[in-house]
Amino acid sequence: MNLLTLLLALPLAGFLIALLLPRSSPHASRTWALGISLLTFVVSLALPAMFDRGAAGNQFTLDVPWISTPEIHYHVAVDGVGLWLLLLSTFLTPICVLISWRSIQNRVKEFFAFLLLLEFGLIGVFIAQDLFLFYVFWEVSLVPMYFLVGIWGHERRIYAAVKFFLFTMAGSVLMLAAIIYVYNRAGTFSYPVLLDMLQSGRLSFAPQEQLYLFLAFFIAFAIKVPIFPLHTWLPDAHVEAPTAGSVMLASVMLKMGTYGILHFCLPLFPSASRRCAPWIVVLAIIGIIYGALVSMVQPNMKKLVAYSSVSHLGFVILGIFSFTQLGLDGAVYQMLNHGISTGALFVLVGLLYERRHSLEIKDYGGVSTVAPWLATVFLITTLASIGLPTLNNFVGEFLVLQGAALANYTWAVYAAIGVILSACYMLWLYQRVFYGEAGEQVRSHLPDMNLREWAAVVPLVVMMVWMGVYSQSFLPPVSKTTARVLSQAQVNVPFQVQLRPNTEVARAR
Amino acid sequence: MPVSNFVNPADLVRFLPEIILTVMGTLLMVLDPVLHKRSSYAFGHLSLLGLAAALVASVYAFRDPGPAFGGMLMVDGFATFFRVLVIGVGILTILPSYRFLARHDAETSEYHALLLYSIAGQCLMVSANELIMIFLGLEISSIASYILAGYLRDDKRANESALKYFLLGSFATGFFLYGVAFIYGSTGTVNLTSVHAALTGPNAPSPVFVGVAAALMFVGLAFKVSAAPFQVWAPDVYQGAPTPVTAFLSAGPKAAAFAIFLRIFMTSFQPIANGWEPLVWGSALLSMTIGNFAALLQSNVKRLLAYSSIAHAGYVLVALTARSDVGTAAAMFYLAAYAFMNVGAFAVVSHLSGRGERYQNVDDFAGLGQKQPLTAAMLTIFLLSLIGVPLTGGFFGKFYIFKAALESHLVWLTVLGLLNSAVAAYYYLRLLVMMYMHEPSEAATNAEPLSFGLSAALILPALGTLVLGIFPSWVLEFAGRSSNLVK
Repeated sequence: MNLLTLLLALPLAGFLIALLLPRSSPHASRTWALGISLLTFVVSLALPAMFDRGAAGNQFTLDVPWISTPEIHYHVAVDGVGLWLLLLSTFLTPICVLISWRSIQNRVKEFFAFLLLLEFGLIGVFIAQDLFLFYVFWEVSLVPMYFLVGIWGHERRIYAAVKFFLFTMAGSVLMLAAIIYVYNRAGTFSYPVLLDMLQSGRLSFAPQEQLYLFLAFFIAFAIKVPIFPLHTWLPDAHVEAPTAGSVMLASVMLKMGTYGILHFCLPLFPSASRRCAPWIVVLAIIGIIYGALVSMVQPNMKKLVAYSSVSHLGFVILGIFSFTQLGLDGAVYQMLNHGISTGALFVLVGLLYERRHSLEIKDYGGVSTVAPWLATVFLITTLASIGLPTLNNFVGEFLVLQGAALANYTWAVYAAIGVILSACYMLWLYQRVFYGEAGEQVRSHLPDMNLREWAAVVPLVVMMVWMGVYSQSFLPPVSKTTARVLSQAQVNVPFQVQLRPNTEVARAR
Repeated sequence: MPVSNFVNPADLVRFLPEIILTVMGTLLMVLDPVLHKRSSYAFGHLSLLGLAAALVASVYAFRDPGPAFGGMLMVDGFATFFRVLVIGVGILTILPSYRFLARHDAETSEYHALLLYSIAGQCLMVSANELIMIFLGLEISSIASYILAGYLRDDKRANESALKYFLLGSFATGFFLYGVAFIYGSTGTVNLTSVHAALTGPNAPSPVFVGVAAALMFVGLAFKVSAAPFQVWAPDVYQGAPTPVTAFLSAGPKAAAFAIFLRIFMTSFQPIANGWEPLVWGSALLSMTIGNFAALLQSNVKRLLAYSSIAHAGYVLVALTARSDVGTAAAMFYLAAYAFMNVGAFAVVSHLSGRGERYQNVDDFAGLGQKQPLTAAMLTIFLLSLIGVPLTGGFFGKFYIFKAALESHLVWLTVLGLLNSAVAAYYYLRLLVMMYMHEPSEAATNAEPLSFGLSAALILPALGTLVLGIFPSWVLEFAGRSSNLVK
């Protein structure tokens, strides 16, 4: 059986069986969700083990017809980028199950069922090689998240859930129109075939046509990323979501957007991408600085982390639209880093909330005296998030900034402000929450982490260090894929953005 | 046109579904005194039996497709598709009716007989190949539907609904007939194929008369499918009619009316397509926009679904605007998907509304997800399909329609239509929010457990919706094969 299909089938079967479990024994649902998500993770570990790191193309391909008119295929495969994003999804799902173990007490069965359905949708997004199939998974992943936020969220959950759904839906219908248009022009939904046709010149879009198609795809992805000024759904959704929802939303769902831009927009519409690049970069830089500034003044921890995502994702977009090998590598690496470190931040904020039942920073202070281990882990995560060398974010941010500098030095200068600001707001948050005098409420309500919580957090910390110290475990397949994307992005139009490697490092890569 | 003086057996086979339905309807009325004392469910069982027989007969008749009665009827794939569809809608209407009628002490044979007559009329409509036959079918179907809308005669709203439906409906039929008269006057024939030939032939009639005829018929048909700007009756009628009847009205007669819409405009008026295309384009956009935006403001679920059905009529008109066989196939597929999801959604409303249809508000759905998870899950499937989320029939239908539209270079209509469907998501989500994210309301708490008929009326369309969404090929291929109508 095709490994990717197995990876899709496991959470789907898990979801269906979870629906049949008895409502009266929530523990069965929890155990089942943990078991099936761990199993999915273990199976997914076979992917990097068997992945041919020397090859740039798709691997583990399975292509069978699904619908005959119009011809739609169940066509799945992964490349070096999808591989890691898929692994990120399967890695985080068991962690989400663990952290929801006690915090979800209401309608437990449905919660874990939706979590598994979400995993199914996310895995599908990263492996679909048929545009129609991609759209199916794209929308399918929306539904469980809507329910996760809307049913198990905080006070303003309904507003947040509906806003999230409508924003995404509005973007994706445009993408649907573009997908159909591409099909009518090319006669196929198969992404590899489309790229072949573009490469060989059998299919080409007029500049104007290409621009509209690019925008239709790009807006759908930009809403998901989210790129400033389309980000307004994000703070609401993150703050109102239950911890597991925030983690999946920030760590994986936002990457659907950046993955889409990298995987579809650049190769399909190369000249439109480059034409729009300066504008998009400006938006990305505004996002970086604006996100950081807004984070700094947030009184609510979750909102702070949410806005920091806007800032971090700005780096990813900057890296992608720098059109340099370094920038693209950094962008992909930054996607993974953000998944790990922001995921960890949401987990830890969730742990604080479970104890103290407040997200307001002013309700905390002195936590490090009562829960030293929690404080330690939080500190490591904070340092990772602000890009301390030897921790993961440093590698990604460095690559992105270098790539941006190669393309246009000014971009890098402005983006670097974001790095400084991130240190400000994160360290200030840490100081206000963990140092100082521990109040009565904090002292009586904040026990240190228990075994289950350790189990959820340790893997994240290990990954932060591993990815920061030895990026070579992850980067080579990414580089192969991004190099291919870059070469595809130069199809049939002379390159406009400067790509002159003017440093030793760049030449060596 | 050869006219046969005696009935030939092949003709009878091709006409069998209508015969069965009419005989069964009449039989029900005759048996009323005998059966009424015994069991109140007997009528329902008998009409289900009749519908099942008609279903089999429709499929059987398709084994030997062709014209009947000297070309007045045309039993082709298109007709069979719609016959099966309207009969299927009939079955799905009767299943929730058992409980509904019992709750209102209104179990009579008339209800079922009228339903069967209406379906017989629709079967006639979809298989007719002549304007007079179409008109007869339309009238049979409509008159039965007018009475059905006012079936609960002690209910004020039902009376208003029936009266409105009757007055406006007859007016619209008048328009249609006027158009038919113009066609007969200018071409000398009412046979669709001959009209097509006359319009393309050397002695083509004056374009003015043909244009007026097409416009008049468009008005009549747009009324029947509740397309803007002739949609005003729909919310009031749908709200006032008994819920199972509303479900029926929004799916059966509408599908049949769309069938003749497609047949007339894609065959007879195909030569003047450039003339009517802007008309349909505008009506499609207007229907989608009015339907969706008005639905945003509704608090009554039946009105909400009524406006949503106006919007969905707009989507089907987009397929008609495409003026291609792919468009016709897309419209056919969409109507099938729409029938499932809409009838299913109305079945939930009818289940929840309680005696006297007290609970019809969006708020009354609060907490249904906790009190009746199965009902809520089924409604979720229907709503997601109405929104157009993938893996449901509604999504694939929409996808196919807009694909056809883009093939015909209707880029703006596509973009506006798709944006419309994003707007529509909001009011469907409101119901989902109510069901899952609020504490149980009085209605959800008092809801009876699902009866067998209701479970079937929910699970069958839900399965249909999912099958159409995941394995659409079978239906699509059939629709694709039968979309090239006899011209």
